[in-house]
Amino acid sequence: MAILEVNNLGISFGGLRAVDNLNLTIEKNQLYGLIGPNGAGKTTAFNLLTGVYKPDNGSVVLDGVNITGKSPIEINKGGIARTFQNIRLFKEMSVLDNVKVGLHNQQKYDMFTGILRLPSYYKKEKAMNAKAMELLEVLGLADEANTLSSNLPYGKQRRLEIARALATNPKLLLLDEPAAGMNPNETQELMDMIRFVRDNFDMTILLIEHDMKLVAGICEELTVLNFGQVLTSGKTSEVLNDPKVITAYLGQ
Amino acid sequence: MKFISALINGVNLGSIYAIIALGYTMVYGIAKMLNFAHGDVIMIGGYITFEFVYALQGNIWVAMLVTVLACTVLGIVVEKIAYKPLRKASPLAVLITAIGVSYFLQNIILVIKGSDTKKYESVINVPNLVLADGELIIKGTTIVTIVTCLVIMVGLTLFINKTKTGRSMLAVSEDKGAAQLMGINVNRTISITFAIGSALAAIASFLYFSAYDSLTPMSGSMPGIKAFIAAVFGGIGSIPGALIGGITLGVIEIFAGTYISTNMSEAIVFLVLILMLNIKPTGILGKKFKEKV
Repeated sequence: MAILEVNNLGISFGGLRAVDNLNLTIEKNQLYGLIGPNGAGKTTAFNLLTGVYKPDNGSVVLDGVNITGKSPIEINKGGIARTFQNIRLFKEMSVLDNVKVGLHNQQKYDMFTGILRLPSYYKKEKAMNAKAMELLEVLGLADEANTLSSNLPYGKQRRLEIARALATNPKLLLLDEPAAGMNPNETQELMDMIRFVRDNFDMTILLIEHDMKLVAGICEELTVLNFGQVLTSGKTSEVLNDPKVITAYLGQ
Repeated sequence: MKFISALINGVNLGSIYAIIALGYTMVYGIAKMLNFAHGDVIMIGGYITFEFVYALQGNIWVAMLVTVLACTVLGIVVEKIAYKPLRKASPLAVLITAIGVSYFLQNIILVIKGSDTKKYESVINVPNLVLADGELIIKGTTIVTIVTCLVIMVGLTLFINKTKTGRSMLAVSEDKGAAQLMGINVNRTISITFAIGSALAAIASFLYFSAYDSLTPMSGSMPGIKAFIAAVFGGIGSIPGALIGGITLGVIEIFAGTYISTNMSEAIVFLVLILMLNIKPTGILGKKFKEKV
């Protein structure tokens, strides 16, 4: 069964049809790419999937549950986590605390337990620390756990965003241009890591990317957006060789 | 002795400003707005304690508990009714609303309680500390005020940095959108911030009115404004900044009153603010100042 089914999703901003009739079907454990020229509506599509924008029409079904029009918090709880095109870490918090924020939706204790430091406070905080360190270990950030997140080098900040998103315990991970601003070596490492996350966390990943080497290297299927509409979708190799796609990117 | 006693009085007043300034600074840090009605919550806290202790003959501890709870609820309700619908409005609209809420609260109390000055009897019964053969007397309220201020500062810092609610507040203060997408309930976090700020305002009302005993519907506005100055002075959004700003302001005010002129002390406080903002617009511990109000 498909983990994500998007049907006829659309939104307009004033007279601009930013996303129109978007259809996507992503199977569990797939690595799926959403590509297209600048302004094609890719990030808007992510914002629709995560509840930042409410769609004008269409539906989003995650793992059999209709999440159309739900709030970002509910959708996060339902199992979609994301990273951002422009890194949006909590800059003034440590690397560890960034990940712990992601864990908040699972380890619950109320404010008074925190103020009074009741036994369950220590238990839950300890569990969160352990889980967060585990994630940092896996993503190679354990040594920087107590560093301020804004002091991390760029590539590691991107990895921390992925760690924080994974901490929310998602079924589907959305990566918005994970390789943006990376050099070829970093991109190669990132590709390995994305595969690793998919395999080790039993994850389904949908990513937006402009780096065609990364897209060709790891995405199994692609959907191409152009001017808010689906240009084509299918197997990566077929899509990338489709004359329509090449035209959309390079012009006539 | 005059110097030491002025210094102690300054720290006393400054500690109260610091506690009030925390309310401004936390709300500014998290909701990115200036809650000008904060001072009036203190005034209402004063009236609630006054009613409970003297009119209803209540127990002081019960009165204080009721005051803290009532102010907390008041803070949450004001946020829900007046500020929450304006979450996406311009900062200017929110600012005007906050000023409106401030006058609304003052006038409600004016209608209910009248404009005459009530004499607030100290809720703090700690004996004075007599030092240096009676030349230096430290009042019981002063000791309680300074200790309370330190406890609150330490407690709040631990709360913000070491608990889940605190971390959520930090996350929301930095990036509401990202926090929400990580599953944090932003509205709830803002409500909690208002609740904590208002509970601190209630505590400030005990300390302030125990030291300065006259209570009128306008009593909250001056300490409110000065605590706001303290928050800006220390760097708005910063908790240690509220402490540093509060103490500095309190000491300046008392020294100006002791050595220059009592009538001039407030003018000097405002003058210092103007100079400070000219030299370092972000305050002592302030960081980047993105929003202007």
